[in-house]
Amino acid sequence: MNTTWSRFNVTSIALGFAFLYLPIVILVIFSFNESKLVTVWSGFSTKWYGSLLQNQGLLDAAWVTVRVGVIAATFATVLGTMAALALTRYTRFRGRILFSGMVFAPLVMPEVITGLSLLLLFVAVGLDRGFLTVTLAHITFSMCFVAVVVQSRLLTFDRSLEEAAMDLGATPVTTFFHVTLPVILPAIVSGWMLAFTLSLDDLVIASFTSGPGATTLPMKIYSQVRLGVTPEINAACTILIAIVAVGVIAASLVNKRREVQRLRDEQGAQRG
Amino acid sequence: MADTAISARDTVSETPSMTRRLFSALISRLVIAIPYLWLLVFFLIPFFIVFKISLSQTAIAMPPYTPVIGVSDFFQKIGELSFDNYVWLTEDALYFNAYISSIWIAGVSTFLTLLIGYPIAYGMARAPTTVRPTLLMLVILPFWTSFLIRVYAWIGILKPEGLLNQLLMTLNIIDEPLIILNTNTAIFIGIVYSYLPFMILPLYSALEKMDYTLIEAANDLGCPPLSAFWKITFPLSLPGVVAGCLLVFIPAVGEFVIPDLLGGSETLMIGKTLWNEFNANRDWPVSSAVAIILLLLLVVPIMFFQHAQAKAQEQGR
Repeated sequence: MNTTWSRFNVTSIALGFAFLYLPIVILVIFSFNESKLVTVWSGFSTKWYGSLLQNQGLLDAAWVTVRVGVIAATFATVLGTMAALALTRYTRFRGRILFSGMVFAPLVMPEVITGLSLLLLFVAVGLDRGFLTVTLAHITFSMCFVAVVVQSRLLTFDRSLEEAAMDLGATPVTTFFHVTLPVILPAIVSGWMLAFTLSLDDLVIASFTSGPGATTLPMKIYSQVRLGVTPEINAACTILIAIVAVGVIAASLVNKRREVQRLRDEQGAQRG
Repeated sequence: MADTAISARDTVSETPSMTRRLFSALISRLVIAIPYLWLLVFFLIPFFIVFKISLSQTAIAMPPYTPVIGVSDFFQKIGELSFDNYVWLTEDALYFNAYISSIWIAGVSTFLTLLIGYPIAYGMARAPTTVRPTLLMLVILPFWTSFLIRVYAWIGILKPEGLLNQLLMTLNIIDEPLIILNTNTAIFIGIVYSYLPFMILPLYSALEKMDYTLIEAANDLGCPPLSAFWKITFPLSLPGVVAGCLLVFIPAVGEFVIPDLLGGSETLMIGKTLWNEFNANRDWPVSSAVAIILLLLLVVPIMFFQHAQAKAQEQGR
C-alpha cells in the first residue's frame, strides 16, 4: 500500500513540476533562437540580446521599473512591518477589525479594481499621473503582502525574549531594535523581496496609475506582446527570470548561512 | 545578547522613566496609526470615490465625468444622484453576460486547479522531510517570475503553429492543429498555470500537519484507501481546500491579463470589460459602476477569506 501511494506521489510531483517549469524553460530556450520565429528552432544565437541593448524604449522602461520597485519595496517594508506589529502586538485598539480587513483584502482584490480606485483618487486630488503615483500605488498593495509575511514570523516569535529584555530595563524601542528586529529580519528581507518582485511584475495597477514618462517594463512588454510574439521579448523575459532566480537563490543561501551561524552561536552559548 | 541587556540597564538609570513611558506609548500609537492612515487614504477612501463617480454622468472632458457631490453641497445634491450607469448595466446584456461568464470561468478554473494541485500538495506532504523544503521552494519559485511572462510563455505553446500542435502532429495524434489559443480552454490553462502555487501552498500546509497514523489505523481496520481518503484525509485538509480555492477564485474573477492575451475577442470577462470601458471608451462612470458591482459580488468570498485568515491567526497564537 505504501509503495503504490509513494509511486503515485512521485508521479504527481514530477508531472506537476513539469507543468510549472516547462513553459518557462521553453521560453528561455527560444530566446536563443536564430530565427525570428519563436516556435521553430533554427540554430543558436545571442543576437536578440544584442538588439535588446539597442532598444532604448525598453531600457528606459527597465530603469523606471527598477527605481519604482526599490522605492516602493522599501516604503512597503517599513509600513508592512508596522502593520504586522500592530496586528500581532496590539490585540485591542479601536477599528482593529477594519484595519485587519484593510490589510487582508488587497491580497485578493482584483487588480483592475485597485488600479481604477487609486487612479480616481489621484485624479480627485489633482495629482498628475507619473512616477510618484505608480510608486504610491505599488507601496499600497505590496505593504499588505509584507505585513502577512512578517506577521507569520511574529506569531511564532518567542515573546519571553522581549519580556526578558524589558525586565532588564530595556525600553520597548531598544527591545525592538536589539531583540525583535534581528529575529524577524529574515522575514523582513523576504518581505522586501516579495514587494520588489510584485512591483516589478505589476502590469494592471501600473497601467491605471502611470502616466507619460513613467512607462514600466511590464507595460512595455505588454504593448509589444499584443503585436505578436518575438524572440526579443523572450530575451527580455529571460533576463528578468535570471535576475529573479539569482536573487531568490542568493537570498536562500544567505538565509541558510545565517541559520547555520545561529545554530553555531547557540551551541557555543550552551557550551560557554 | 548579553551586551544589549547591559547597555539597556545603563539607560534605565539615566533616563527619567516618566518621559520614557510617554515616549514608548507614543511610539506604539504611531506603529498603529501610520499604516492605518496609509490604508485609509490609499485603500478605503478610493472605494468611496469609485462609488461616487459611478453615480455621476459621463462627460466629454478631462476627467471625463461631471462631479456630482462635493462635500459641502452633499445634501443639496443628493436628490440629483444618477443611477443611470447602473440602469445602463442592467439594460445591456453585455455586462450581465460578462459577470456570469467571469464567475463561470473562475469557478471552473478553481475546480481544475484544485484537481491538479491536490495530488501535488499531497505528494509533497508525504515526501521525506529532507526533500520538503526543496519541493516547497520549487513551488514558490515560479511565483517569483513575472505573471505576464508566464502567461506570455503559453502563447508560443498554444498557437495553431505552436509547440503543442507541432508535438501532437509529429506524434501523429492529430492531423490538423487544435485551435486552443483565443478560446476559453486557453484561459482555463492560463489561470490554472498562474494560480497553481496559490492552491498548492495552503493545501500543503494543511496536509503536512495531518496525522497519518489515522490512515494506517483505518487501513488496519479494513477501510479501503480511497474511502479512507474521502473519510479522513479530505475532511482534515478542508481548511486548506477552502483557503486555496478562495485565493484562486477571487482574483480569477477579476482577471485581466489572462483573458486579454490568451482569450479570444468574444471572450467575456468582467476585468477585460472594465479595462476596455475605461481605456478604449473612456467611460469612467460606467467602469466605476462595473467595479462596484464586481466588488459587491466578491464581498462575500472576501469576507469569508478574511474570516479564515483570522481563524488561522488565532490558531497560530
